[in-house]
Amino acid sequence: MEMPEPNPHVMANRDEIIARLETALPDGAVISALEAVRVYECDALSAYRCPPLAVALPGSTEEVAAVLKICHEFGAPVVPRGSGTSLAGGALPTADCVILGVAKMNRVLETDYDNRFIRVETGRTNLSVTGAVEADGFFYAPDPSSQLACAIAGNIAMNSGGAHCLKYGVTTNNLMGVKLVTMAGEVLEIGGPWLDAGGLDLLGVVCGSEGQLGVVTEATLRILAKPEGARPILMGFDESEVAGACVSDIIRAGVLPVAIEFMDRPCIRACEAFAHAGYPDVEALLIVEVEGSEDEIDDQLAKIKEIAARHSPREMRESRSAEESALIWKGRKAAFGAMGQIADYMCLDGTIPVSALPKVLGRIGEMSRSYGLDVANVFHAGDGNMHPLILFDANKPGDLELCEEFGAEVLKLCVEVGGCLTGEHGVGVEKRDLMLHQYDPADLEAQMRVKDAFDPHWLLNPAKVFPIRLTAQRREAA
Amino acid sequence: MLNAVYSGAEAALAEELRAAHDEGAPVEIVGGGTRRALGQPVQAARALSTSALSGISLYEPGALTLVVGAGTPLADVEAALEAEGQRLPFEPMDHRGLLGSAGEPTIGGVAAINNSGPRRVQAGACRDAMLGVRFVDGRGEVIRNGGRVMKNVTGYDLVKLMAGSWGVLGVLTEIAFKVLPAPEAAATIVIEGLDDAAGVAALSAALGSPWDVNGAAHGAGRTLIRVEGFEKQIAHRAPALVDALKAHGTGEIVTGAASDALWRGVRDVEAFQGREGAVWRLSVKPSDAPPLVASLRAKGDFEAVYDWGGGLVWLFTPEAGDAGAGAIRAETRARGGHATLVRAGASTRAAVDVFEPAPAAIGALEARLRAAFDPKSILNPGRMRG
Repeated sequence: MEMPEPNPHVMANRDEIIARLETALPDGAVISALEAVRVYECDALSAYRCPPLAVALPGSTEEVAAVLKICHEFGAPVVPRGSGTSLAGGALPTADCVILGVAKMNRVLETDYDNRFIRVETGRTNLSVTGAVEADGFFYAPDPSSQLACAIAGNIAMNSGGAHCLKYGVTTNNLMGVKLVTMAGEVLEIGGPWLDAGGLDLLGVVCGSEGQLGVVTEATLRILAKPEGARPILMGFDESEVAGACVSDIIRAGVLPVAIEFMDRPCIRACEAFAHAGYPDVEALLIVEVEGSEDEIDDQLAKIKEIAARHSPREMRESRSAEESALIWKGRKAAFGAMGQIADYMCLDGTIPVSALPKVLGRIGEMSRSYGLDVANVFHAGDGNMHPLILFDANKPGDLELCEEFGAEVLKLCVEVGGCLTGEHGVGVEKRDLMLHQYDPADLEAQMRVKDAFDPHWLLNPAKVFPIRLTAQRREAA
Repeated sequence: MLNAVYSGAEAALAEELRAAHDEGAPVEIVGGGTRRALGQPVQAARALSTSALSGISLYEPGALTLVVGAGTPLADVEAALEAEGQRLPFEPMDHRGLLGSAGEPTIGGVAAINNSGPRRVQAGACRDAMLGVRFVDGRGEVIRNGGRVMKNVTGYDLVKLMAGSWGVLGVLTEIAFKVLPAPEAAATIVIEGLDDAAGVAALSAALGSPWDVNGAAHGAGRTLIRVEGFEKQIAHRAPALVDALKAHGTGEIVTGAASDALWRGVRDVEAFQGREGAVWRLSVKPSDAPPLVASLRAKGDFEAVYDWGGGLVWLFTPEAGDAGAGAIRAETRARGGHATLVRAGASTRAAVDVFEPAPAAIGALEARLRAAFDPKSILNPGRMRG
């Protein structure tokens, strides 16, 4: 992975930068020994690694501001980090950077049920936000698969989603306000516990900007009352195209399920062998979940069954109990782990219009044959967010490169049919060089002008999102 | 990505804006012209119409997506959706009644002011339903952002930045929306006789219930709570809500056209239509709204209606002096939130801040962003704050 050359001025001032950081932060909050900073040399995209110059773990917004001011003064790049679960290399360090981790900042600052929001420090994990309010009947809707570990900071940086986004939206639809520290160390309050803020929608552009516009230290999040109940139905089909048509017909009929998950045969087999969920051996499987009271659920599932029956399903199994629901979900939730037992794999993340599903699955099958690499497909069918898993052998020379080439071709296909390169993982370093397949240079220039407005010296989270050659001039000028 | 079926019109627009940029000649952007009285008066010698950018270029009901030219009349969009049993989730307000204006509102105008009605409290704002945009910036450059799929984190989300930017960053040419199925049934629970504080408390209780309330308004002693869905859902939810709200008052269930009419009244602020006076719109924390209004009433003549569970306050006050600006700004500043002057004569709008003044650091950032997209300030100059 091509990364910018370390700034010699910053490297020459390494000791002084560390000393200044140590003065500004409490004992133990700055890590600089090589063996200790190695813990931070990569995120969940572990194929690429680089030890940072130092790691700062502040405990408050004021300390975050102090770190940024010092780095700003020395022109040192800063890579913000939540829990380090980015699958796109969004927190990959450079050799001259200071990693600014917010993991220590994980308090709940305010819970307000009358006004339905929670204010947290952004090192808090996604699932623990719901954990703080669920005893009172509330939840935080965005549910990335990594929700046990991932931090709200990273969720905001990547505008994360999950299985339930068809109904509840992604992070940007549930974020009401942030406290943002700019690279210059200025603390800004954007939005708050009201439903629309005045002026330009800065909150909207900060969310999903991959930590390049500022460091978000506090977030005001919308919380929702939990529905009375939820229950899934599992449906098996002989053809993927038919399953795809069924998804579209359910949506057209006015039913808005909380989740529609799709798995193809290789994925079904692997999950079944791993989780023994009782999945049928079919070409395509849908898990559709609806919410409401028991009667409402029965009524909606009856509608769904009636629609599905027109598509000659091989099997339809409606959950009748919490145990059956758990079993149906167990297989799906084990998908990535189950595939990992069979082979090494690369998990892609592209989005397509649902109507393009048959074409895309067909083309991926053809590519799989021509590359000689197997593929398993699992995705959020309601919103078209695909996760093809390309299987390879990490010990076989050349396999990883072949796999990467195949992956890039699949993502280009997503764009070609009207979709996009990434639905929830982000661009990071992983997909930055594909950006010109989705956007024209003028489109990217517009985005880079936004970066100029927030971070004129291009110091925050360098070399992510944009093709590195497009940003060279700006980085050098800074 | 998006389908530029109006490429001719878009190219012509880009040409015009390039020329305007070169000459440094400001333009006012006009869609249907129904909202020209919003914001600060624009200082531009000529108007630029978006009417050539009209029509739906893509509609996939099974994928809940619609792509439409910015100059398309809102009525055309709503008719196309209705034919497929779908709708825009955010229930945009029609400003004609309140502003006394004529013409046909366009979808571009709706997006440019992030126009969201009562359902915003549950379904999100206009900006939440916007998936992609094409626009021409103040240099005459055509820019695309987002797309037509619901999940997309490819690069920065300029779609949100364009929503509610009042035309000062660029002229929208095409917008992709997420749409939703229209429900089979709707019911409104009406509780009469509550004061403002009790009314907003009832709304909070309803919104904190598990029944997916998607309208929550209060005004003139009448509290309204809406649920929508399949017939059977509504048959369950409406009585369940009446029961759950017993401690707040006795609820009566209204359905069908009568329910629809109640919400049109809330959406379009019928209470303040056809009357002489200034109208303000406040976005605050719902529980702050009744005490804020009570403090204002102690200082002057203010009438209030509440939407969004109390989070949106419409205020009516005589258009004398600063039209209440000083008192309103002081009260919102003390509690957080912000206020916008929605209706007043041009001289009042020129004399007071129509929009909440931004803190210095935010104002500086907004100015840098505006300069990045419209370096010569030719787009709707004066309309937005800053």
